[in-house]
Amino acid sequence: MRLPLNWVRDYADIVTTPHEYAEKMTMSGSKVEGYTCEADGIEKVVIGRILKLERHPDSDHLWVCAVDVGQTAPLTIVTGAQNLKEGDLCPVALDGSTLPGGVKIRRGKLRGVESCGMLCSLGELGLTTHDFPCAVEDGIMVLDEEVPVGTDAVKALGMDDVSVEFEITPNRPDCLSIRGLARESAATYGVPFRDHVPAAPGGEGDIRDWLSVEITAPTCSRYVAAMVTNVRVAPSPRWLRERLRLCGVRPINNIVDITNYVMLEYGHPMHAFDHAYVGGRQIHVRMAREGEKIVTLDGVERPLDATMMVIADDKVPMAVAGVMGGEFSGIYDSTKTIVFEGACFDGPSVRVTAKKVGLRTEASGRFEKGLNPENCLPAIQRALELVVQLDAGDVIGGIIDVYPQPRAERRIPLRPGAINRLLGTEVPVEQMIAILKPLGFGIEKKPLTALVEHEESPYVVVVPPERYDVERDCDIAEEICRYVGYNRVPSTIMKGVATARPSELQTFRSRMIEALVGYGLYECETFSFYGKKAFDNINLPADDPLRRGVVISNPLGEDTSIMRTTAVPSLLEVVARNYNARAAEVAVFENATEYLPAGDPEKLPVENEKLILAVYGPGRDYLSLKGIVEQLLETARITGVTVTPNTEGTTYHPGRAAWLMLGDEKLAVIGELHPKVLANYGLKPRVCVADIDLDLLFAHRGPMPEFRPLPKHPAITRDLALVAGEEVPAAEIAARIEQGAGKLLESLSLFDIYRGENIGAGKKSLAYSLVLRTADRTLTDEEADKAVARVLKNLEQLGVVLRS
Amino acid sequence: MKEALEKIRQSAEELLAKADSEAALEELRVRFLGKKGEVTAILKQMGALTAEERPKMGALANEVRAAIDAELRQRGKELADKLLEQRLAAERIDVTLPGQRPQQGRRHPFQQVLDELKEIFLGMGFEVKAGPEVEYDHYNFEMLNMPKSHPARDTQDTFYITENILLRTQTSPMQIRTMEAQKPPIRIICPGRVYRSDAVDATHSPLFHQIEGLVVDKGITFTDLKGTLEAFIKKLYGEETRVRFRPHHFPYTEPSAEMDMSCFKCGGKGCSLCKGEGWIEILGCGMVHPKVLENCGIDPEVYSGFAFGVGLERIAMMRYGIDDMRLFYENDLRFLKQF
Repeated sequence: MRLPLNWVRDYADIVTTPHEYAEKMTMSGSKVEGYTCEADGIEKVVIGRILKLERHPDSDHLWVCAVDVGQTAPLTIVTGAQNLKEGDLCPVALDGSTLPGGVKIRRGKLRGVESCGMLCSLGELGLTTHDFPCAVEDGIMVLDEEVPVGTDAVKALGMDDVSVEFEITPNRPDCLSIRGLARESAATYGVPFRDHVPAAPGGEGDIRDWLSVEITAPTCSRYVAAMVTNVRVAPSPRWLRERLRLCGVRPINNIVDITNYVMLEYGHPMHAFDHAYVGGRQIHVRMAREGEKIVTLDGVERPLDATMMVIADDKVPMAVAGVMGGEFSGIYDSTKTIVFEGACFDGPSVRVTAKKVGLRTEASGRFEKGLNPENCLPAIQRALELVVQLDAGDVIGGIIDVYPQPRAERRIPLRPGAINRLLGTEVPVEQMIAILKPLGFGIEKKPLTALVEHEESPYVVVVPPERYDVERDCDIAEEICRYVGYNRVPSTIMKGVATARPSELQTFRSRMIEALVGYGLYECETFSFYGKKAFDNINLPADDPLRRGVVISNPLGEDTSIMRTTAVPSLLEVVARNYNARAAEVAVFENATEYLPAGDPEKLPVENEKLILAVYGPGRDYLSLKGIVEQLLETARITGVTVTPNTEGTTYHPGRAAWLMLGDEKLAVIGELHPKVLANYGLKPRVCVADIDLDLLFAHRGPMPEFRPLPKHPAITRDLALVAGEEVPAAEIAARIEQGAGKLLESLSLFDIYRGENIGAGKKSLAYSLVLRTADRTLTDEEADKAVARVLKNLEQLGVVLRS
Repeated sequence: MKEALEKIRQSAEELLAKADSEAALEELRVRFLGKKGEVTAILKQMGALTAEERPKMGALANEVRAAIDAELRQRGKELADKLLEQRLAAERIDVTLPGQRPQQGRRHPFQQVLDELKEIFLGMGFEVKAGPEVEYDHYNFEMLNMPKSHPARDTQDTFYITENILLRTQTSPMQIRTMEAQKPPIRIICPGRVYRSDAVDATHSPLFHQIEGLVVDKGITFTDLKGTLEAFIKKLYGEETRVRFRPHHFPYTEPSAEMDMSCFKCGGKGCSLCKGEGWIEILGCGMVHPKVLENCGIDPEVYSGFAFGVGLERIAMMRYGIDDMRLFYENDLRFLKQF
């Protein structure tokens, strides 16, 4: 909302600088986004009159003018413009003047003739025909009204006013108007608000002979109509045009300008119909009929349905109520008689309709926020007043006002105690009243005996109809607080003791993440959605259930339309991006949420928490990643995890992937990516990924460690070099060793793997170190030998023998 | 005998002075002081002396022995020192060579900021909660005093899954979920992802992070809201930071406010960061609307509370001077390694 400061001064005597005004209004609750003054950057430009116009002696297109700018002698100015005649008034940039954009004008010779300045066009003053419809684009701006010569052009053209831009919150549609903001301004500055009550001009005849209005739509609370005949369409006077201009509204003609002017002043959209196009001289405010259509003012045909409210004549819709008029609902050169409409349409209804027809207009934007039906009549009266003032036509007598159920007056008991309890203040009731009154709230005093429970004072607040946002104590508290000053009320420390600590899950999660960071991985944050291609990229089978994700019905694009069911593609995008940026090594992870649809589409999906790891680079292979995951499991104190080869997955290399299982639950999958997946991402290096279920990790996290006394007796270490078939998994061999050595085995480590001629093809040699110990006595060599013998016997069944 | 001892002492002194290795020293120790050494040999001859001479000679022999022993030790120490010195000189390395570092990753920059915020709020007694990102319209809007077709919904362009399920546009639904699950006193923050259908550019993202805060108890006031948020900002940006509250509107709080902080770059004088205003908008807040309390079965005549919402990206961007929000989600290692 743009507000010309001089317009506010019609209502309140405010002396201020734009900067101070912006600050004060912002702090009292009407946020100022900024302010502009068109005159900024224009200096020494005055209005001059062309006294004489002669051809330049040395040019066939230049003119030499004698211009009276109020100085003792006329100035000689050379111009190339062809639209001038003697007697014209136009802006003259004098010698040493400045124009917008920092352009400096100096005297100088043009083909031998001294020019003492420049005659200005609209563009040179930073204006357009939008601002001055009477002027031409290509030529000197010629004024259409009499102004004394020598007047500062900035003043004469109304460019000296300041236009303040407000950001109005949706609860205050009343402040989308000059009057509303003027009232806030007056209250902010503590000066009286001078309201203007429009005179209700009478006229010849009776409107009822011309028109009937009927409301059948339940979503129209009031419809007021007035009529003007013998319409004299003409440009509006300059003062009116300037005000519209400063509000960002393009002046068109007096009738259209009046409707816009009143809309700005009252915040209530108005409409003017050509009476000739109102079929049957009837206006019906009704719901559209199925199959009905309308061509709106913008020339587009739009289908209507029964949820949409229209303004119709006896047959067809003339306008989509509160949104836009139809093609024959405007004002034309031939227009003789007009109908002014001032109506109140239900906000939600207009909102839904505007959405459906795909049109958001100034009017719909206002109606959506819920307008005050009490404004309909004064707005119409104001329009008629302006018609008379501008001599734009002859008002027809009477006004039609269909208002089936006038808006009830809202009364709220004033509860100073409740207000102060909410704010933490001690504002006396008298100060509250002094704040509320200038904002338009009425205050009534009841006899004290009539007080009922919860009433704390004899006062009742009568809410003005334009402030329907005020419903209860807290709303009044806000009014009080913003006029006491948000920054004038104290800051306090909450009473009561509160202790808080992170939940077990939060602590666990932090430990896992910190561990990963400690292993050299960088944490990432990726989008939660992607497109179908993500599933193709990781080579998911066509029937994979992961492909059935939660789908956004109105996504920004297909590639952001599915809530991810696996975060692996998200991390691979990161890997690919870094690969393309020539990173030699990548080690990243994300604490990612995945969204798995519930069976019932009306239920929320399950949100799973994962840790997705992705690595490539020197030393970053399957086993190093598996080591990280093993370390992570140890940090989580999870034991008893088994490793199962994952040979069937399509995302991973079938020979280089595994499940980490706890019983039959899949804690994680670790694998090198399938070459096809690498190719899909354009990745050359082998990339390994771990997909870890954080929820499961948390569920199976181990208890606090229990202290074991340090060993008092020496250990015996036995190294075994074993020869096994290539197909025998190391995990199986380790399991047999553990089983064979039993309780004596303190630790087991694999310290060498060897393949070579001397052990034969298809075989591998594994060297294990066993540390054997008993807690209560010194282990004997015989006991150790027996244990080793058991181990070897156990291994025989696998065909694993001691290397000779 | 006396002469013999003096001679031994003299020759020992000469030889010790020449000894230049531990082995040579040991050899001399054996030669003079060993069981078969020269001094011992002298002592063995003591039996032949008179009773008067014996103590004198004994004393002299011991003196010589002690002198040789002391000299041996002294030479030994000198030699050891010299050897150590030689070793140290030989073992010198270039200490300016780069260190061999362990691999170390980093947390994402706004997780680092989030951790800091959580710490501050935990210290003020706020529990940290989490809630679903795919949410019911009921929690995201309706219960927050934004029925269908409420104009304020327009300010939050929403991704819908079905008519009733959406991607939460704010962390505020956690206010409702918390109040439904827990009776006052309540002090929580809820950080998390939120979604709005904004195309990606330097300052917009369809996905960003908010931190919701909620306090509900008996006697919670607007001045408490001010005091709490002021304390938070001072802890985050330093004690010298000033704040101001501007009236604003949110459907689920009344009175509502926006909080600005004095620009940390220019200290409030006005600069490019604060667009010359000296203030930076930091969060939205307000007293929980009584309708919201009632929706959750909390009597607004007994309880009151305040709520606030902070944008995490904005704080992280300002903290590190990051000018493009996209960087957070691109996860370029050259970016991540900076924090």
